[in-house]
Amino acid sequence: MSDETVKAPETSAPAPQSERPSGGPGGPGSGPGDRRPGGRPGGSGGPGGRGKFFRRKKVCKFCTEKIDAIPYRDVRLLQGFVAERGKIVPRRLTGVCTKHQRRLTKAIKQARNIALLPFATRH
Amino acid sequence: MSRLYEVMFIVRPDVVEEEVDKLIAGFTTNVTNGGGVVKNVDKMGKRKLAYMVRKFNDGNYILMTIEAGGPVVLELERRLRVSEPIIKFITVRIDEEEKRLAKVKALRGVRRPSQAAVAAPAAQAPAAEAPEAIPASA
Repeated sequence: MSDETVKAPETSAPAPQSERPSGGPGGPGSGPGDRRPGGRPGGSGGPGGRGKFFRRKKVCKFCTEKIDAIPYRDVRLLQGFVAERGKIVPRRLTGVCTKHQRRLTKAIKQARNIALLPFATRH
Repeated sequence: MSRLYEVMFIVRPDVVEEEVDKLIAGFTTNVTNGGGVVKNVDKMGKRKLAYMVRKFNDGNYILMTIEAGGPVVLELERRLRVSEPIIKFITVRIDEEEKRLAKVKALRGVRRPSQAAVAAPAAQAPAAEAPEAIPASA
């Protein structure tokens, strides 16, 4: 117990000393982080880190039309979210919300497996 | 412990219609022997495949909805895999999805009567205000 009381000031002494060298990399380390403070809130809504402007907020087609289930059999519905080469279109272009994008991806992959959608076209 | 499954399989395009029926009948007896129930069989007809499967460009799509236990479906899949005229199949479990859909629909059914009651007096109020505003502006 007496050892602990002696140790306590010793542990507190090196602590401020170790903080100072970490303050060095901490300063320039936060530099790239706040390089674009205005672009970050704009980048989440619009194209990837382009500028400060919001693109018009696209609404999720499934949320507005209240489509609950996205079946893999419905090829016409799925084809609207698949690019020309057969790739799945990213969420930021179609405006689909995360929940539905995940279900959509699952359905597209199932449809690809059963040859309703291609894996890749135009080799 | 019955689960709802959806089995879609593709039969070669060069088999005769009656052969296809024989195949389907064979599978349905398989399922019923295992203690399952075949809810629905839907022949989706000949479709062009998105890519070549075993050198075929189109195939006969068949959709089966089954309510059965796990081992029954396992046996059915084994038969599908071994069966020569069948070139592709996929089994999807849909009972959880149906449960979720039923829940959402029930929620919507509960919400709508209350919303309709709120919307009706709200619609009447602006409708009453609008004709009054028009002669005032004129």
